[in-house]
Amino acid sequence: MIENLSRRNFLTRGGAAVSAVWLSAHWPAIVAAAEHAHQAAKSSAPPKFQFFTPEEAVEIDAITSRIIPSDETPGAHEAGVVYFMDRALTTFATDDQKTYREGLPGLQARVRELFPSFEKFSSATPEQQDQILHSLDDQTGPARRHSRSDGSSSSFFQAVRVHTIVAFLVDPDSGGNRDGVGWKVIGREPEHIFQPPFGYYDKDYAGWQPNPPGAEKAKA
Amino acid sequence: MKFDLPKYKTSDEVDFVVVGSGAAGGIMAKELSSNGFRVVVLEQGPYLTEADFVHDEVKVIGQDLLTNKPKLQPTSFRKTPNEKAKPQRAVLYGRCVGGTSVHFTANFWRFHEIDFIERSKVGPVPGADLRDWPITYADLEPYYTKVEWEIGVSGLAGASPFDPPRSKPYPMPPLPVKSSGVIFERAARKLGWHPFPAPMAILSQPRAGRSACINCGFCLAFGCEVGAKSSSLATAIRTAEKTGRCEIRPNSYVHRIEMDSNGRVTGAVYFDEKRNTHLQKAKAVVVCANGAETPRLLLLSANKQFPNGLANSSGVVGKYLMLNSGGVTNAVFEHPLNDYKGFAVSRLLHDFYELDPQKVGFYGGGGIDARFDATPVAFAMGGLPPGTPAWGKAFKDTLAHNFTRTMELFCHGTSLAVETNSFSLDPDLKDAWGLPALCLTYKDHPDDLKLWAFQNQRANELLDAAEAQKKWSQPIGESQFAVHLLGTCRMGNDLKTSVINSDHRTHDVKNLFLCDGSSLVTSGRGQPTMTIEALSFRAADRITALAKRGEIA
Repeated sequence: MIENLSRRNFLTRGGAAVSAVWLSAHWPAIVAAAEHAHQAAKSSAPPKFQFFTPEEAVEIDAITSRIIPSDETPGAHEAGVVYFMDRALTTFATDDQKTYREGLPGLQARVRELFPSFEKFSSATPEQQDQILHSLDDQTGPARRHSRSDGSSSSFFQAVRVHTIVAFLVDPDSGGNRDGVGWKVIGREPEHIFQPPFGYYDKDYAGWQPNPPGAEKAKA
Repeated sequence: MKFDLPKYKTSDEVDFVVVGSGAAGGIMAKELSSNGFRVVVLEQGPYLTEADFVHDEVKVIGQDLLTNKPKLQPTSFRKTPNEKAKPQRAVLYGRCVGGTSVHFTANFWRFHEIDFIERSKVGPVPGADLRDWPITYADLEPYYTKVEWEIGVSGLAGASPFDPPRSKPYPMPPLPVKSSGVIFERAARKLGWHPFPAPMAILSQPRAGRSACINCGFCLAFGCEVGAKSSSLATAIRTAEKTGRCEIRPNSYVHRIEMDSNGRVTGAVYFDEKRNTHLQKAKAVVVCANGAETPRLLLLSANKQFPNGLANSSGVVGKYLMLNSGGVTNAVFEHPLNDYKGFAVSRLLHDFYELDPQKVGFYGGGGIDARFDATPVAFAMGGLPPGTPAWGKAFKDTLAHNFTRTMELFCHGTSLAVETNSFSLDPDLKDAWGLPALCLTYKDHPDDLKLWAFQNQRANELLDAAEAQKKWSQPIGESQFAVHLLGTCRMGNDLKTSVINSDHRTHDVKNLFLCDGSSLVTSGRGQPTMTIEALSFRAADRITALAKRGEIA
């Protein structure tokens, strides 16, 4: 659990803790997913989906592309997030598959409810897609007030959200984050060996100067 | 590296069984085997080495590669003993050869004189059982020095005016300063405070066949692939193996200590990887299993003579748990710090180590460090300012802007010893082996939360002086998750309120010793590992002397 390890005190923050619990429960499969995505990215032949139908994969790709959109810089689509997820779902427990199996039709039902002229999420405009996803996102509020909100659609959305973030930012050597695009976006250089100076504020550091005397007086 | 390792039979009565191979157990094994004794170390986790230490957040963090496994080892939590505990992840510790020292931050402060004699200085604190240690800083000083030189600690002696006396400088200069450290140092000096280079158990120079730190950026939560982090794995364990008298036996889950009719322990019972049960015979047992598992093992080892748990005639085994108080304040700056490069911490201050309760209105003290310890996925999940959207363009833009521009101030502080704060056996919940699970009972003493608030204010003052563009503090709240596991089998001269004496021998059983975070009488100011290791060096000296005088067997 990420929060447990690197920022243990954030555990008291509800939202983060919920995500972390979800993440922790599902990580073993995410490893396999990362490996699959890595292979898919390396292969010149179009990768085959194992859980999603090609049509479903288009929908999932569209959702992940609203979570981390492609703009001037690459997004979830360029990082191959949908491949990562596909593999994850072939290794997940049955009830986790259920989240996706029930969640995606639930999402499409929401599409038709909000925008009767569309059959599918991927047909809507980006603005409309955001509106649909906001109606499912119980962590930011509106879903709770939505009269027809149901648990399975919102947990589906949270699952896709967490998967997208993991697949986008994990160490590219371990599978996801195709071509390291996620790290490029956040400014993390690809190397694993660095030399000082590291950043703007330490590049002109003059060296350690001893503290002035008089510490005892400064004591609180 | 390959050594001709001794392979003892379980029926061989070795001199010592050491339970656990972490900060304390690794050093205990090294010292006892170097002193000529035959030692078997039983470690519940696997024997991983540098080649296993990848930077994959999924594998290392998400799958708990280096830490206790919540699915196999469930835990429960409650605030007070009157409540029914609820199953939840409540404890984190290293579960591999080297223990928590493999994945820790490697902050390596010594305790100060005050930590050992605070009760005498400040008097009783209502709602707590604050006590002096039976040993002083002066007793431990030679062993702190030993840790610094034998294990490898980087730092600058005399840089902090609040440092306790030392007999020798650090063996290596401090690690390079990070941008977070420069920002911190400049702002702290504006305020008249006394920042100094953080002492870290990470090599700033190559040493003893180990590499200096390469600043890879996967430090806290990860094992070091070049052996620069001074874990027990990279240091003491290897020396212990080289003696030819020490066997490290991984995947060995000790769940009972056996005792004979004369009231002496005879060995440790453990499950191997295939869940077969073995008894490793030994003349004496040293439990270094950490502040959660050491009391649990004693409670699991209840017998006719000790119906409430082995060596628990006092009834305080598992009690007086201290977790260290404190929290994080984050800040974003105008230019990239690139603080993801390197180890976590480069600057620190101890101006608030010893607060005057009469002036501040509460007991306690602490230290504040400048750091960045989040790897990319962890940062995206928990490192953005409150109110940042959790997805979409604004999420992506904030993430892209902040990752290189964020730093943290981590406030570390005292926790008071409260009798009802404890680890105990859950009456219902079982682990994957069918044994009672750990139950954490904890409610922070009000002074611990006041100290956190006090240090939060100082952190915010510092960030104002640093002209941070944005800053936010984690909300102050009661603990329900244990990482620093301290005080649960504490040391003392009073048989009714402590479990071990100053030789780390249990009051009740002559050939049973305990040494790890559970031995601590007070919590220190938030960085216990250095003291746990110094105690282990000292305990090994005491135990060796007792054994050589024939006073154990």
